[in-house]
Amino acid sequence: MTSTATAPPSSTERPQQPGGAPAPRDPRRIAFGHRLSRWDLKLSPYLYISPFFILFIVVGLFPIAYTAVISFMDWDLVRNSGTFIGFDQYVYVLTQPKFWIALRNTFSIFLLSSIPQLVAAIFIAAMLDQNIRAKTFWRMGVLVPYVMAPVAVALIFSNMFGDKFGLVNSVLTDLGLPPVMWHSDAFASHIAIATMVNFRWTGYNTLILLAAMQAIPRDYYEAAAIDGASKFRQFFAITVPSLRPTLIFVIITSTIGGLQIFDEPRMYDQYGTGGADSQWLTITLYLYDIGWGQWNFGRAAALAWILFLIILAIGVINLLVTQKVVRDEGRRDAASGRQRRAAARAARRDLAARATDSTLETPEAAR
Amino acid sequence: MNPVPLAIAEENIPNAGKAARRRPVRGSRPGWFVYTSLVIVLGAALFPFYWSFLIGSGDASTIRDPNMSWLPGGNFIANAISVVNDPAVNFWKALWNSIYSSALIALSVVFFSTLAGWAFAKLRFRGGKWLLVFVVATMAVPTQLGVVPLYILFADLGWTGNVGAIIIPALTSAFGVFWMTQYLQQAVPDELIEAARVDGASSFRTFLTVGLPAARPAAAMLGLFTFVSAWNNFFWPFIVLDRSDPTLPVALSLLQSNYFVDYSIVLAGVLLSTIPLLILFVFAGKQLVSGIMAGAVKG
Repeated sequence: MTSTATAPPSSTERPQQPGGAPAPRDPRRIAFGHRLSRWDLKLSPYLYISPFFILFIVVGLFPIAYTAVISFMDWDLVRNSGTFIGFDQYVYVLTQPKFWIALRNTFSIFLLSSIPQLVAAIFIAAMLDQNIRAKTFWRMGVLVPYVMAPVAVALIFSNMFGDKFGLVNSVLTDLGLPPVMWHSDAFASHIAIATMVNFRWTGYNTLILLAAMQAIPRDYYEAAAIDGASKFRQFFAITVPSLRPTLIFVIITSTIGGLQIFDEPRMYDQYGTGGADSQWLTITLYLYDIGWGQWNFGRAAALAWILFLIILAIGVINLLVTQKVVRDEGRRDAASGRQRRAAARAARRDLAARATDSTLETPEAAR
Repeated sequence: MNPVPLAIAEENIPNAGKAARRRPVRGSRPGWFVYTSLVIVLGAALFPFYWSFLIGSGDASTIRDPNMSWLPGGNFIANAISVVNDPAVNFWKALWNSIYSSALIALSVVFFSTLAGWAFAKLRFRGGKWLLVFVVATMAVPTQLGVVPLYILFADLGWTGNVGAIIIPALTSAFGVFWMTQYLQQAVPDELIEAARVDGASSFRTFLTVGLPAARPAAAMLGLFTFVSAWNNFFWPFIVLDRSDPTLPVALSLLQSNYFVDYSIVLAGVLLSTIPLLILFVFAGKQLVSGIMAGAVKG
């Protein structure tokens, strides 16, 4: 820093000016530039990822830890602080019958939405996987519901599933069937709410599965067709097994989302309390009610942690199943990835060694 | 009728058969079954939109009319006006809040995700792999886990009721970082970066001149997805925003909270609030579709 050279350090980063004589350069400035660019190389990756991590620490990690702290407290809204009471909040939540009803409802709605949705998505994707005309049109068509807000979807469907004047019941009675009490009956309300979820997400999952289907080598189908396998046989013997990794991905993401369901049950009736007998109260809806209905943050925090542990447990189960089902493929992939990287490194070394060689027959080009 | 001679005939006449017609066995055009199913699926996807228009263009009695017509009534504009003018709903404020918060969130997520994705995909640094695993792991953390302290935090700052309270936590996204990392890994050859280095470009300049242009297609998709999900987000805005300064989903929820619910007005409001995203979808739907399909291959 005692250098008498007064040029700003940034000038060392600039490419040498054309015509400028390189000889009179101050050797110290080059050294500084070197050091600068070494620091640049070392530090910038951390600098680039830091916005994510800083924000995650502030609005992600800190709240998670703080939620844990609050969950052991009796939180006083007026003082805005709490007194430590141990596991009482957890005990309270776990002994509430409402909690268990909410847990049951959440799983019921989740199963009713994810299973039919995946089955439908696979079949629609199989349709779209054919050599149809106007591919983009159909693909866009199935995705339209995805852009509608869940709140909006809920308002439309809660109207269609009205007990007295709803569209669904008027169709049912026209067909000579008894109307279904979509709001007062617990299971019926779960079906109605699951329908909203299915409406919005089936197209999305269809496209994910369609992408996986298009990655299946067409030779398999040709070989099967020559062997005399029908379309249906081909679908169950080739398509479905090849989709397994993607299916697991879709199942995991829809599990994480499904267990947090809030928008649809909140908007299912005008009171937003999950029904008079908690018929469609979900865990997140219950959490909202405890936190911002009863203003008990300690209990809400305890419930949040319980929900997190449930999601974590299901995630671990998912992971174990995933590893068991797709382990072989994963290993092959990893090995080939390593091999590919090693080959690339070797090729680069080779290229550097033969830098003067102008022939195009480098190993990389050959491949 | 016999397929073999036909194929031969096509081979013999140059350019006679289009490429599509010479596709392998599975490439043959599907029959009516496929198209019928697709029409049904599309009908199911579009029917709720029509239904909300049907009810939204009637009046309060339409919904209770057993002989309801399948043709829309003439009241949609009138219903839309009463939504827009409802003092309890603050429609214009909600629209503006939704537009600028979603746009700001999308821009910020795209920029920071590209930056971080560039570092994870193309720069070598100690602990990079583990930090990336950590980023992916954070995707599994439910929103609910942080809402209580976040609410306390924003209440302390006096920010409850402020749209900033929904923008700040959403400025970066783990999914975005992961998405850009995946994309940049295969989109930019290492040689290009080395070349930039040799030319004396600084690390950040390399990012600006090599990374950003290469990231453009993936960035566009990430931006779209972030915009749509920010626009539709409800749980956190519902908790932290005031009823006087809502976003569109929060405003929609207010439509139903009256003692007497007029569904023709509610559903007119639903359609009204969906129109901006439908317009976006018409122009950018192709990108959104290919984005979902591209993301799935790597997932």
